[in-house]
Amino acid sequence: MTELWEGLVTAVKLIISLDPEVMQIAGRSLAISATSSAIAALICLPLGAVIHFNRFPGKRTLINIIQTLFSLPTVAVGLFVFVMFSSAGPLGGFGIMFSPAVMVVGQVVLIIPLMLGLIISALSATDKAITDTAVSLGASGFQMSVITFREARFGVLAGLIMGFGRAISEVGLSLMVGGNIRGFTRTITTAISLETSKGDLELALALGMILIFIALVINIGLNRIQQR
Amino acid sequence: MSMALIETVNITRKYGKQEIIKNISLKVEQGEVLALIGPTGAGKTTLLRLLDLLEAPASGHIYFDGREVTDNKNRRLQTRRRMSFVLQKPVVFNMSVSDNIACGLRWRKEKEATVSQRVNSALELVGMTEYSSRNARTLSGGETQLVAIARALAIAPEVLFLDEPTANLDPVSAARIEEVLAHIIGEQKTTVVMATHDMAQGQRLAGRIGVIINGELLQTGSPNDIFSTPQNTRVAELVGIGNILGGVIANRDNELVGIDVGGGLIQAISDYHTGAEVHALIRPEDVTLALHKDASSARNTFEGSITRIFPVGALVRIELDCGFPLLTVVTRQSAQDLKLAVGNRVYATFKATAVHVIKRWN
Repeated sequence: MTELWEGLVTAVKLIISLDPEVMQIAGRSLAISATSSAIAALICLPLGAVIHFNRFPGKRTLINIIQTLFSLPTVAVGLFVFVMFSSAGPLGGFGIMFSPAVMVVGQVVLIIPLMLGLIISALSATDKAITDTAVSLGASGFQMSVITFREARFGVLAGLIMGFGRAISEVGLSLMVGGNIRGFTRTITTAISLETSKGDLELALALGMILIFIALVINIGLNRIQQR
Repeated sequence: MSMALIETVNITRKYGKQEIIKNISLKVEQGEVLALIGPTGAGKTTLLRLLDLLEAPASGHIYFDGREVTDNKNRRLQTRRRMSFVLQKPVVFNMSVSDNIACGLRWRKEKEATVSQRVNSALELVGMTEYSSRNARTLSGGETQLVAIARALAIAPEVLFLDEPTANLDPVSAARIEEVLAHIIGEQKTTVVMATHDMAQGQRLAGRIGVIINGELLQTGSPNDIFSTPQNTRVAELVGIGNILGGVIANRDNELVGIDVGGGLIQAISDYHTGAEVHALIRPEDVTLALHKDASSARNTFEGSITRIFPVGALVRIELDCGFPLLTVVTRQSAQDLKLAVGNRVYATFKATAVHVIKRWN
């Protein structure tokens, strides 16, 4: 018990003193997950619009599949990306295995279903009368999509934030394809996992607190968005 | 060659297996105000959506300004940009009132100077200038309707479609909307096609009325035509002709005919020959009541007993049994003066010219 208490005190000290290693790991985590969220958003916003605004056979099934993949296991994505990018794999030529780049790729794959699904449901939740009104006022297909996104902006933003939340909190994927290399691919989650297994609780606790703090900020942001 | 601004030829529309619009051919002339009347669910909204090119017909053709606009996607957009549509339950975008009104103009890539000038005059037109920077979502139902109308008018449409413009509104807001519409119709000479189930509103605003029942366009004509000489019983019922009596023409004396309605012989003016199966249509307000038989010039006087009395607003509707059922309305005051009560015997009188005779089809 005292050990845990001392660990907590040291952890708080590490955060307050802006310990270089702690800050570097937290910064890298944020950078990697922000990058993957941004790339995923660039893919999901137009793709979500295409799926939502078009009628095609199998649309319902496609949306069901997307929603099923919300809970895609991180290790499954890790395995897939590992196979693709390992030196013997089809994309091995890129030589990005065990680098932040491949972690970004993995996180993008991981969070696309979640972001895409939430964007589509945010668009579906807008009143049909909104699109009718826009079309009747002379909006082209693209202009109508823009105004619908504008109306659905809080729901869409919530989807993007949820995607970021899933990216920054996952561990299996980063560990498998990033390798937890100190000063290079070590993120908050991989560091916690490693330090805990080594018995070095202070660093793990400090990083855990930072992760919870990030989660808290995300949640407050989400709540404020949803209350509007 | 004079060409109607909008013309539909045999258009149909189905939702699943249900036919919502059945073979409607309709012409809308430049500058006219056409009201589509009909009960809820008759297909009025769907017809407006087809005319505004929001939906495409399952079959048939639509022409706008002489060009076919049934299919070509780009031509439909270009044509749609010459019209605007105020939905029955208008929605506003989550932005300021003036940004809402500017939407249609910005989508047409108008210059910002033009946009703000047009937005201001549209706001002025509906009397909402002081609301321009308010978020449109905070407005009341009547105000939302006014903003929707201003937004539709800002683009200076050649055709304005209105779907039940005053339904779901309190009487004061409804009167204000109607005043604005009357002003637009009078001043701007915009072609207007409006759907309404409020017959009186159709009569007040429109130059021509089309009656839609169950997806069919049953009759078009001037308000007077529709309200006085409906062509069939369904239209007659819709426009409030309370007495629709089936009968056979029993005798004829020049243009005066006697119609046997089974329990009485009604004198009317008609061209139909003896033996023809007809309906005699009589407006309740054309039937007068008296306690004694008097020497009136009216051809038809029937003695009957009151079977039912029920108030309708400022009037009282009286159902009589004269050997055949007859409905009439009197003012509350006359009902009191005549001491009308169920079971009383009274005399009902109406002129032969008050009877509109139509052929029986069904």
